[in-house]
Amino acid sequence: MADALLDVRGLSRRFAAVDALKAVDFSVVAGEVHALIGPNGAGKTTFIHHVSGALRPESGSVHFAGQDVTGLSMHERVRAGMARSYQITNVFPSLCARDNVALAVQGRADTGSSFRFWRPVAAETALFAEAESWLAQVGLADKADAVAGSLSHGEQRALELAMALATKPQLLLLDEPMAGTGPEESARMVELIENLARHVTILLVEHDMEAVFRLADRISVLVNGRMICTGTPDEVRSDPGVRRAYLGDHL
Amino acid sequence: MAFYRPARWQRPLALGLFAALVALPFVLEAFDQSFYIGFATRLLIFALAASSLNLVLGFGGMVSLGHAAFFGIGAYVAAICQQAGINEALFAFPAAMAVAGLFALAVGAVSLRTRSVYFIMITLAFAQMVYYLFISARAWGGDDGLPLAGRMTLAGFSLAGDRPLFFASLTALTVAMLLFGRLAQARFGRTLQAIRENETRMEALGYPVFRYRLVAFALGGAVAGLAGALLANLTGLASPNLLQWMQSGTLLVMVIIGGVGSLWGGVVGAAVLLGLEEALAGLTEHWHIVLGLLLLGVVLFAPRGVASLFGRRDG
Amino acid sequence: MTQLILEQALNGLQFGLMLFLLAAGLTLVFGIMDCINLAHGSLYMVGAYFVAAAAQAADSFWIGLAVGVAGAAVLGLLLEVSLFRRLYRRDHLSQVLATFALILIANEAVRAIWGPAAIMLNPPEALAGPVAFPLFGEEFFYPAYRLVIIAVGLAVATLLYLLVAKSRVGMWVRAGATNREMTEALGVNVRALFTAVFVFGAALCALAGGLLGPLLAVQVGMGESVLILAFVVIIIGGIGSIRGALVGSLIVGTVDTLGRALLPTLLRATLPADAAATLGPALASILIYLLMAGILFFKPQGLFPARA
Repeated sequence: MADALLDVRGLSRRFAAVDALKAVDFSVVAGEVHALIGPNGAGKTTFIHHVSGALRPESGSVHFAGQDVTGLSMHERVRAGMARSYQITNVFPSLCARDNVALAVQGRADTGSSFRFWRPVAAETALFAEAESWLAQVGLADKADAVAGSLSHGEQRALELAMALATKPQLLLLDEPMAGTGPEESARMVELIENLARHVTILLVEHDMEAVFRLADRISVLVNGRMICTGTPDEVRSDPGVRRAYLGDHL
Repeated sequence: MAFYRPARWQRPLALGLFAALVALPFVLEAFDQSFYIGFATRLLIFALAASSLNLVLGFGGMVSLGHAAFFGIGAYVAAICQQAGINEALFAFPAAMAVAGLFALAVGAVSLRTRSVYFIMITLAFAQMVYYLFISARAWGGDDGLPLAGRMTLAGFSLAGDRPLFFASLTALTVAMLLFGRLAQARFGRTLQAIRENETRMEALGYPVFRYRLVAFALGGAVAGLAGALLANLTGLASPNLLQWMQSGTLLVMVIIGGVGSLWGGVVGAAVLLGLEEALAGLTEHWHIVLGLLLLGVVLFAPRGVASLFGRRDG
Repeated sequence: MTQLILEQALNGLQFGLMLFLLAAGLTLVFGIMDCINLAHGSLYMVGAYFVAAAAQAADSFWIGLAVGVAGAAVLGLLLEVSLFRRLYRRDHLSQVLATFALILIANEAVRAIWGPAAIMLNPPEALAGPVAFPLFGEEFFYPAYRLVIIAVGLAVATLLYLLVAKSRVGMWVRAGATNREMTEALGVNVRALFTAVFVFGAALCALAGGLLGPLLAVQVGMGESVLILAFVVIIIGGIGSIRGALVGSLIVGTVDTLGRALLPTLLRATLPADAAATLGPALASILIYLLMAGILFFKPQGLFPARA
């Protein structure tokens, strides 16, 4: 695709005797919210792992912002502008929220190298001020001093998001941000993502269909490792293959 | 886990300790116990070696069972320098650090690509390799080690005699602890600790984790090399026993007893272990058994090391 | 020349098979219980001492071997129940510290009981001499005792293969090596399984120690050098894999033995005398580690890792 920010071509991956991903073609256009849905075990998280660089495919390639990133490690892809949040909350539970986000800020290339051995980090007020502004963006402004592990589940999901945002990505990979959240927190998260969608491209993996249909510009459906459909929410909703795959599940 | 932050009473305590150590040789001489100056020097040197491992293990989270290799290499470099006619420590000590550090860089480059269990065994194997290398090198003394003809000179001052080497070692340890303290609170130290807590997350935040670990590993190796060069001067011998993995195990035990991740873990651990050795050896011939049982006790009942028993959480 | 090479090759095979006895137990404990056991070499040493003491008391090698191995198994049981059981869920660092402490205790206890000097362990009378067999028209001699060791080693390897690959217990072991939680969830008595694995490993150590006793010295500290080789075997072979342990031990055994025997000669033929004299033994002793580093470079998880 010509102006695709993310372009995945023919991605395949086997785990022992199982074809987890079969020649998947997929692309995300800059500026859109593209949702990836599919039944449990379809391979969505595996796919995200391949996009973010945690796993390497057996065949196929991943292109990002015009560059072939298939051979790049995870941290190199992050430096190139890709960030992800995790399905299972993956923050630093014993650090306070501010310190969590500050690590993300510190890791960015534009805030300077972390190969510094003399000046205490505590003196870098700019770092923490920025961390607080990211926390404010996700609605955690008053929780800056709270230990991350003591936050509610929904707050931790928001913290995850703040950390991903703090890397100032061009593409945000959100792996089930609503996982395990109640209706109130869910609604807040949807609002948050809506706001974010204005200035960052988002690839959203989600099971919450309400959220998906509200947020997504385009939806792709992954079933048994194969991408069976891509299109606008209405196109996907009326696609017979999709209805078959989901019969008895969500739709 | 919390990022290392020095406790408020740390500075006065450290200053007090430093003053006491400066006075120590004179006090010991006054009480006709000059023998213990050598013991104290040995303690300072092992504190330095254990602290260098603390950087790798305590802050970096890398369980290395091969740290003695860098310790021993430092000793051999010093002895080889003297053998080659160079008797000035201002050259030999940095040389020891450089060689040990470079070797650590090479070992780290290969070993750090592996998972924790493999890493432990690989560092062990590489250290053993160095041991075999040195005992089969007849030019460097082989089995018996390479003796030093005498103490070196440091900027012209001879290190012969109890006091000079004591103060040289004290200076080395003090400078090292000061630098470690700054490092631990700086970006590098914070990054290391965060990597230790959650490596995947740090990768996902854009940090080249491997690079940070490698630098920490090499730094630890270099400082261990300095300790080795000092030890060679103290004992007058670069012994291949320094390279044996039992020595690596001893250093590891020191760090663990002293408190993994606490800045003073290496110092406390060295003091406790060497002090115990000295005390127990006087009591019974089979003090290793007592030591072993004590260690088992520590593992089973005080898993974060002696420092944690005193409730120290920040440094 | 052929005699020399053949002899060293057989020595390598013999050494490799004994290493396998050690490595098999070690890799199983690692792979299934995720426990680093630095004291595995001490089990080997204590096993050798048990065998030697029993052999002297009964004035028979074979009785000594049987009693010694049984004694080591009992010791393994006691250790597992009292200490190792508590270490399985602990972090690797604690395991390192605890097993290091065990080494200190074991070495000193052995020294206290039997003294620092090596003790005698004689091979059985009947096997003390060489066996002759014709090869390429010449007569080739090889010690009968070493042939028996090779036979025992092969027998144990076959037994282990049958046990692990073909029996139900073996299936549990393999399952446990790949996924402990799942195996537990499937109702296997994991606790008993772990104990059995540990005890079996201790018995294998004692067997190796007892068999090698007449060839190497039975003395304090004999476990440490052999332990590191066992580690190298597991690194090369892959943690948790019996097949990897066998392949790894054969590789390490033959490369080390042949290397030490042939490399100095080889170097002397190609390099000036004094270079060969210094380089030869040094290179021979580190050959194994260079090999390990090389294999790791291409396969960081070993040749046959049990876990993906």
